[in-house]
Amino acid sequence: MGVRVEREDFDVGAEVRRLTAGRTDIGAIVTFTGTVRDGNDGAAIAGMTLEHYPGMTEAELARVEAEAGKRWPLQASLIVHRVGTLKPGDNIVLVVTASAHRAAAFAAAEFLMDYLKTRAPFWKKETHADGSERWVESRDSDDTAAARW
Amino acid sequence: MPVKLLYFAWVREKTGKAEEIVDVPAGVGTVAELVAWLKGLGPEYAEAFARADVIRAAIDRTHVKPTASLAGAREIAFFPPVTGG
Repeated sequence: MGVRVEREDFDVGAEVRRLTAGRTDIGAIVTFTGTVRDGNDGAAIAGMTLEHYPGMTEAELARVEAEAGKRWPLQASLIVHRVGTLKPGDNIVLVVTASAHRAAAFAAAEFLMDYLKTRAPFWKKETHADGSERWVESRDSDDTAAARW
Repeated sequence: MPVKLLYFAWVREKTGKAEEIVDVPAGVGTVAELVAWLKGLGPEYAEAFARADVIRAAIDRTHVKPTASLAGAREIAFFPPVTGG
């Protein structure tokens, strides 16, 4: 179990190995990795800066993770979210869930992503290929996705 | 009542500051009332809080609604809807 907010990149394989080391009660591991796209709403993206609310971000991610642990029988879970300046192709977020069976691991991973997108205090600012900048606006589809849980 | 205010993303850019300590006057008892009071502090605040329905708030690092009471609050943050993930 754990949440981390950091500037550095993460290695999905290394994170999974660390999370599940020595465990033989896990039958299913689901990972989700979110990455920076090179385009958004028709604009070419040159880069992205992620800002957050230190202190609240970690608290909110921990609340979301604890909620997932109440709803599904998880043996382990992890949320890593990057901040700072990123470029297309870079990793942004990693969610790992481990359970005895796949149904819980899949559902919990999707829940964690849907919830963190609507609750964790991160904000993205895009830099476009022409040098202009724009704060990314929240999507109604994210609220809809979170509401179904 | 002195409280620490924090601003993030475009709310920070529009107010021109990331944080400040303000003395909230008696009679300002909720988040919505605080927003209304802040809008009167200057044109940069009026601009930052012009879309009051869009601005989100947290008290002591927990999401709150505009009707939330400020009683006992030490740190109040204002920000746009979150866009992580």
